[in-house]
Amino acid sequence: MLEIKNLHAKAGDKEILRGLNLNVGRGEIHVILGANGAGKSTLMNVLLGHPKYEITGGEIFFEGEDLTTLKTFERARRGIFLSFQNPEEIPGITVENMLRTSKQAVTGEKIKILQFRKELRALMSELQIDPAYAERYMNVGFSGGEKKRNEILQLLVLNPKLALLDETDSGLDVDAVEIVSSGVAKFHNENNSCIIITHNAQILKHLPVTYAHVFLNGRIVKSGGAELVGEVTAGGYAQFEVAS
Amino acid sequence: MKTYIQDIERALYDVRDEDKSIYKSDAGLTEEVVRDISARKNDPPWMLEFRLKSLETYRKISLPTWGADISELNMDEIITYVKPNAKQVDDWSQVPDEIKNTFDRLGIPDAEKKSLAGVGAQYDSEVVYHSIQKRLTDQGVVYTDMETALVEHEDIVREYFMTLVPPKDHKFAALHGAVWSGGSFVYVPAGVDVKIPLQSYFRLNAAGAGQFEHTLIIVEPGAKLHFIEGCSAPRYNVTNLHAGCVELFVKEGARLRYSTIENWSRNMMNLNTKRALVEKNGLIEWVSGSFGSHVSMLYPCSVLHGEGARAEFTGVTFAGRGQNLDTGAIVVHAAPKTSANINTRTISKSGGAATYRSAVKVTKNAPFAKCSVNCESLMLDDESRSDTLPVMDIEGDEADIGHEAKIGRISEDAVFYLMTRGISEDEARAMIVRGFVEPIAKELPLEYAVEMNNLINLELEGQL
Repeated sequence: MLEIKNLHAKAGDKEILRGLNLNVGRGEIHVILGANGAGKSTLMNVLLGHPKYEITGGEIFFEGEDLTTLKTFERARRGIFLSFQNPEEIPGITVENMLRTSKQAVTGEKIKILQFRKELRALMSELQIDPAYAERYMNVGFSGGEKKRNEILQLLVLNPKLALLDETDSGLDVDAVEIVSSGVAKFHNENNSCIIITHNAQILKHLPVTYAHVFLNGRIVKSGGAELVGEVTAGGYAQFEVAS
Repeated sequence: MKTYIQDIERALYDVRDEDKSIYKSDAGLTEEVVRDISARKNDPPWMLEFRLKSLETYRKISLPTWGADISELNMDEIITYVKPNAKQVDDWSQVPDEIKNTFDRLGIPDAEKKSLAGVGAQYDSEVVYHSIQKRLTDQGVVYTDMETALVEHEDIVREYFMTLVPPKDHKFAALHGAVWSGGSFVYVPAGVDVKIPLQSYFRLNAAGAGQFEHTLIIVEPGAKLHFIEGCSAPRYNVTNLHAGCVELFVKEGARLRYSTIENWSRNMMNLNTKRALVEKNGLIEWVSGSFGSHVSMLYPCSVLHGEGARAEFTGVTFAGRGQNLDTGAIVVHAAPKTSANINTRTISKSGGAATYRSAVKVTKNAPFAKCSVNCESLMLDDESRSDTLPVMDIEGDEADIGHEAKIGRISEDAVFYLMTRGISEDEARAMIVRGFVEPIAKELPLEYAVEMNNLINLELEGQL
């Protein structure tokens, strides 16, 4: 589904991604572990074409199509979704309007207002989001945890082929991580894929992890199965520094 | 960087009618001109005297030295009085076709049928149409042009006229006192709730002319009113001047909402003075949209005169190329426990300049005053300008004053965020701008909220 070959990218003069390789197949869940500042968030942003980053080498293919020639919204319409580490606040646009507009943009279909509202309320209830939040402005005045749950709500509404989750569990208490984790489990099936960046094994509890990768200094230095998560949690990243 | 927000679409407003006025005063301001206007309007003697005294005051006061640059205004060239070739009627079919067509294009007769309880339409210096539902007149509500009010309710007009905005206030108030013509008079008796809005529409068609309409509204104790004012003019290459005056008297426990959508053409100097006097537990709500004119200086003022009096000011200003819009609000807390909220959004683009300017004064007589100011500005490109100039002067004890100001640009991260949700870049920017003005848009009368969306008319390239 996603093929990344020898990807190099920089922000300003600073090279951040240095020869990254990653293949994600249909139905797979990949976990990326790595120290702060390793470039994990950069990878997510590059995959969606954030204008701050410039690709200086390598290739990205999504379902056989060169992703780098597509604009951000075109990538989203192809079925890539990013759950942000720090979701933006958009004053004046309600959660419901924003999500309906997005859904229409992604599916290319006119969405019926009342039916959409009903579906949205049901998903909000599953994620334990107060239904009143549908009428609130996008992320404005939301707590950190509420913003993250709102990202998962968007994941479930938009139902992409590939979900990128950038530390969706960071800053959440145990119960909130549980809700987020169940949300991702609800989304995932054999036809879609996830890349999950995390520092925390708890979010993976309900998820059948296919591969785990250790990400240091702009590339993947070690890949393995779910057991790698345990190794990192126990021993930290220093052991892999040496290996790289 | 390219922005995708278009200038306000003006085609609708720019249709000029052939000038068929039957009388125009000489350009410039002389005693003869003032006497002539007064004679043509059959003023009572006290009004002629008032006009002449205002003229004297006008000559003594100099132009303001602050605010937007108005140096290109030459009073010797402004025609102060233009009488359209139409009598005032209460039936649109009797309004001359050309003038009626103008108001048709602006949607006034249509809005009257759908959502208004009374309408006044002024064309150049005189009101050409006026109507009010009988149900309201039966309750004692008066809604007429000022000239009629001066005949039928002379005592009331005399008691209130230019007492709240005295001619000596500033040069354009004095000018207004000397040459005022047209405008609206509303009187709502105690306890009457006017549930459907009244609307006056001011259209200035003649080139190089001034419009000096006077609006006087008295809302007696416990009464309620929503008054809507709209203004526009076609574009000329000479300067037109609008120096209207609005005086609002909100009595004990009364409520008045005064909504304005101003969309003058880009050759207009809009130097309007608006003031409300609010008595005990009364409420004035200003909703103000400033989109047009070349230069505007407009700061509606609320004088909170009685204990517990309140003011709400909600305003949006959109300055495009060649515009310098200096807008804001003034609040004077002159009694205990008075409170005010000022909430504004300004947008500037294509080299336009928008200034938010406000003054909040809490006098010694106003302990426990509460005032919160929130003004936000959005600049859509690097050539545009935005300034925020809030002034606070607090003398009263235990005042609770809050102020929040933001000047910014469209956040590129927010655009990216929306694009990751499949929304095109143009639509993302448009959504952010619409979201920015949303808290104001939702306060506008419905047809004007729709109009504002059309006015901001967002260009959507790279369609969905």
